[in-house]
Amino acid sequence: MAQYMILIYETEDSYSSPEDWQRAMQEHGRFTEQVVELGGKIVGGEALEPTATATTIRGDVVTDGPFVETKEALGGFYIVEARDLDHALTIAKLCPAGGGGVEVRPVMDVSGD
Amino acid sequence: MPDVREAVAEAHRREWAFVLAATVRVAGDVDLAEECVQDAYVAALDAWARDGVPRRPGAWLTTAARRRALDAHRRDRTLRAKLPLLVESAEQLPPEAALPDDEVIPDDRLRLVFTCCHPALAREAQVALTLRLVCGLTTAEIAAAFLVQEPTLAARLTRAKKKIAAARIPYRVPEAAELPDRLDAVLTVVHLVFTTGHTAPTGDSVVRVDLVERSQELARMLHRLMPDEREVRGLLALLLLGEARRPTRTDAAGRLVLLADQDRDAWDGRLVDEGRALVVDALRGGRPGRFALQAAIAALHAEAPSYEETDWSQVVKLYDELLRVWPSPVVALNRAAAVAEAAGPAAALVEVDALAGDPRLAAYHYLPATRADLLRRLGRYGDAAQAYRDALALVRNDAERDFLRRRLGEVGAGLA
Repeated sequence: MAQYMILIYETEDSYSSPEDWQRAMQEHGRFTEQVVELGGKIVGGEALEPTATATTIRGDVVTDGPFVETKEALGGFYIVEARDLDHALTIAKLCPAGGGGVEVRPVMDVSGD
Repeated sequence: MPDVREAVAEAHRREWAFVLAATVRVAGDVDLAEECVQDAYVAALDAWARDGVPRRPGAWLTTAARRRALDAHRRDRTLRAKLPLLVESAEQLPPEAALPDDEVIPDDRLRLVFTCCHPALAREAQVALTLRLVCGLTTAEIAAAFLVQEPTLAARLTRAKKKIAAARIPYRVPEAAELPDRLDAVLTVVHLVFTTGHTAPTGDSVVRVDLVERSQELARMLHRLMPDEREVRGLLALLLLGEARRPTRTDAAGRLVLLADQDRDAWDGRLVDEGRALVVDALRGGRPGRFALQAAIAALHAEAPSYEETDWSQVVKLYDELLRVWPSPVVALNRAAAVAEAAGPAAALVEVDALAGDPRLAAYHYLPATRADLLRRLGRYGDAAQAYRDALALVRNDAERDFLRRRLGEVGAGLA
């Protein structure tokens, strides 16, 4: 098994009402079940506060806002274990991403054994 | 010695994909496999000169390449631990002894093709990988075929192979559920190799024979390995029917000759027959796919005794069907060209003008070229001349540019 990060890029206004939140939470709950059903495993993951709360540092200059301004912003991520890329993509296709999409990146194996 | 060189060259052409595909299984890594296969071909030059050309060159080369892969693993066990295991089943070969000459080596060429054409790779990387790993073309040959700098092409291949390893793109044939989509990507790549060869996008000749031949070899290989896939039949038929007309597509001076003016007696009857038989099979049993439909259209052209006697209304019907399974503005433009023959240039012009705003056709010189031809036939020479100029601004192939210039000269004369 290898590890992949699923980066969730979303439009932040798709979470403007409490109902939106409620629905998103349900969708993520369902997703975590589906990962197991597919033979994968979630080994980590977090939701992030909106980009309005982000602070960026380049060199030693500190500025308000995200590193890159985009319509769809990084809103959260999962780390999953999957057999190969096809398996990881099958899992990632089910990952909720309000108004956006997900990026799948292999996690580098630095164990050296 | 020339015989041995020839035998090795022949084995390179016929067996490369088979040898490489069987070696990836042992190497567990595309890069290492490629190196080992190359070494095996070099070793064959000496060994075959000394011992004679083996009865089954492919088996000899596979054994030699696999032995090299195993040696590489033994030399560096830590390397082995880090290598991604691309192969899904862990079936192992006898590691020590050489493979007996008559051992059946499992055919992994399909795995190799599907790995090269994995959707996680960019289309241009899929094409380059397929030509390199499946067809055995050198980096220099691929770069020349696509008119890119060799270092650019080499970097593209390296990036793609790194992604296969790092992201663990599996070495396997997709399961039934995902096969249609994955197969479509493979067929698209083969078709792209063909169209690049058939109408070289730039350069002074319309056809690049090397790419056309490679695409046909690929299509034939896929057909042998997946005889029941209708779209594979459709693609092979499409390629054969296109190839049948190749000698008549340019005149002795290398100038482009339109379908209407081609010498139908010079079409290759053997290829036409083979293509038509495949089309019949490809259309049978359920809704045909986009390659079967394109082949069916090509077959109608091949069957017609003359351009005028082509069954144009049937051609338009097939384009309608094609648009349903493949809604592409390029298909719509081709359909409009058929409408011009079935219902006249005025009806076709309405359809072409409806496509004019499509951003996907903004740089497509066939759009203004088709429009120019319709305007010319309607006697609107001034508008036609402008459309020919629009097309000339976009065209990159010299033979096609020459054709458009001649037409522009003709409508200019019509204006005078």
